[in-house]
Amino acid sequence: MTVIEQTRAGQRKAIHGVNPVAKLIAAMVIGFSLLLTIDPVSAAVALVLEAILLVWAGLSFREFFVRTAPLWVAVPLTGLTTALYGVDSGTVHWEVGFVTVTDGSLELAVAMMLRILAAGIPAIVLFVTTDPTDLADGLAQVLRLPERFVLGGLAGLRLVGLFIDDWRSLSLARRARGVGDSGRVRRFGGQAFALLVLSVRRATKLATAMEAKGFGSSPTRSWARPSPFGWRETVLIAIGVIVGSAAVTAAVAAGTWRFIFG
Amino acid sequence: MSGARVSARGWGWRYSGRRASAVSDLTLQIEPGERVLLLGASGAGKSTVLQALAGVLGGDDEGDQRGELLVDGRNPADARGIAGLVLQDPDSQVVLARVGDDVAFGCENLSLPRDEIWRRVGNALDAVGLRVPFEQSTSTLSGGQKQRLALAGVLAMQPKLVLLDEPTANLDPAGVTEVRDAVARTVAQSGATLIVIEHRVAVWRDLVDRVIVLDPAGGVLADGSPDAVLTEQGRNLADAGVWVPEFPPATPQRTRWMESQVLLQGSALGVGRRKGVTVASGIDVTVASGRALAVSGLNGSGKSTLALTLAGLIKPHGGDVAAFPALAAGAGSEPARWKSRELLTRIGTVFQDPEHQFLSSTVRGELSIGPRAMRLPESEVDDRVDALLERLRLTALSKANPFTLSGGEKRRLSVATILAARPSVLVLDEPTFGQDSRTWRELVALLAELLDEGNAVVAVTHDREFINALADHELVLA
Repeated sequence: MTVIEQTRAGQRKAIHGVNPVAKLIAAMVIGFSLLLTIDPVSAAVALVLEAILLVWAGLSFREFFVRTAPLWVAVPLTGLTTALYGVDSGTVHWEVGFVTVTDGSLELAVAMMLRILAAGIPAIVLFVTTDPTDLADGLAQVLRLPERFVLGGLAGLRLVGLFIDDWRSLSLARRARGVGDSGRVRRFGGQAFALLVLSVRRATKLATAMEAKGFGSSPTRSWARPSPFGWRETVLIAIGVIVGSAAVTAAVAAGTWRFIFG
Repeated sequence: MSGARVSARGWGWRYSGRRASAVSDLTLQIEPGERVLLLGASGAGKSTVLQALAGVLGGDDEGDQRGELLVDGRNPADARGIAGLVLQDPDSQVVLARVGDDVAFGCENLSLPRDEIWRRVGNALDAVGLRVPFEQSTSTLSGGQKQRLALAGVLAMQPKLVLLDEPTANLDPAGVTEVRDAVARTVAQSGATLIVIEHRVAVWRDLVDRVIVLDPAGGVLADGSPDAVLTEQGRNLADAGVWVPEFPPATPQRTRWMESQVLLQGSALGVGRRKGVTVASGIDVTVASGRALAVSGLNGSGKSTLALTLAGLIKPHGGDVAAFPALAAGAGSEPARWKSRELLTRIGTVFQDPEHQFLSSTVRGELSIGPRAMRLPESEVDDRVDALLERLRLTALSKANPFTLSGGEKRRLSVATILAARPSVLVLDEPTFGQDSRTWRELVALLAELLDEGNAVVAVTHDREFINALADHELVLA
């Protein structure tokens, strides 16, 4: 059940109590504003503002770097490939066959790297401080998404931990049955199918248990946990809007704005 | 609070796509507040009746209904909330990640006001004796605690009919007592009608005031006070696989050969499944030919992990497992380093959940996997498979999909698949968990036979009767 527990570990700061729906909206606002343009200025401005805001994110240094690890791998790779293969312009610094490194491709590489960080960091930080149950409550109560869909998904998420245990047992069982030596790829396929079968059976039982507790039998349902949406949520969304518009304004003012769809 | 009345008149149910009815011609009346133990051979339709009463059997596309089945005069599907159902598998019933939320789930579905929900959640957790914080993660609970959690979720809905489908079959003895006592307490408090399915009669006998036995051929075989029914039907029920205390299953006579050879030895063993997490250490253990070793101990003491380590499936975290030449036969002294195919004929492992070890789409195919991996000639493969099918009463099912078998059949098949390779050491994890007395008897007889032939058996088990019947040594993990 690691997926769920991880997000509940650690001390709870203000950010943990903010309605996850607001976090979702704030991260989407920032991400969307940065998607509109490719230039280093907008991303750099957003990144600086985010760095200041990180103080209130409720993550320790270690936690922050562990959670954002995928970004730190993706960023240099993106930078490298863009520098080598990106659209060329200006002075040519280096050329081998198809590969050319120019002023233009270098600038593009920097812009891409900053952009991934600026859009990725808020999304990850806001997500890891979110409890899935709270998110489901918010989606159903604030955004009024269908409860069958939301609670079904939430209950399914709880089964992920069981899948991991099942997968381990399936691997050991294959070794015990004498078919663990060769055909790694085929074995993986067979084992994945077995996991699918087990999962469907488990999910069916879970559905019966949910139904037996009256889930889906009446048109109305009450909620044991409130999902409040107040000034804190408004503030967080406002912060998202400010970061996004500051980035866009700075880029336009600096004359670096390059509309991505243009 | 009071109980609900249950009445059935000529009720029957046939699942879509099946030729035979699961239940037919059922006529009975259960009065409010009665506590009923529902018995019957496997396949008699006990679970179907319970699911129908809980209103979860589904509509016309799930099956055909005949006659009439009513709870308090209403169709159960329209009266959700009157009946509460607890199922067998503790893991598949937890809906939410936190204890309090999970108990609240049913109340939310009844559209109760928030204050009322949390009041009921507290009361229900008290009633089942589960005193943990509402915030606690449900995944940290033991099997017995999870079943009590499921019971609390049902009780919070204040049902007038409590339905329990083998709620203790997958629990260790401590868990069984926990759940039984919680049910006794809460039913006495609320006065709800109780119907419980369980093939271990002794667990519920003192709590129920009526026993109903379903006839696999349709209708009711016996109905009355526990003593009357068990006296009259005890022998038949025992033959059909029900555990009746007066008629315990026969245990085989063992022939213990004097000479026995050490096959496997674990010294100062430390075991664990995940890197860096050692669940038990300092274990010294010997596995010898013709001898049965039982490994017992509380849940979480590392029994299963020890078994997997002895079986060469996972590497020891400390100490070592040494295979003696009589077993290794040229394959090296560390079972964990053997190839999968080398393991096959030396150490066979039967997993706790049979479904984890099924690889084929037919029973026959399942049994031939081991012999084929040994590269035996086809005729030899067929001979072995036919003999095992016969021996374990699976011949009629040879073309069936292993996943569609009953619990007892799955267990027999999972043992048979391992025996097909004729390993010298047989390692079994909770082989008798949730089994009816008939499967139990067959399993014990089969293992005794293997032991007499000079094979070694290692069994992780909570089952005292099983230990008494077979074990030469018992290793208790703390």
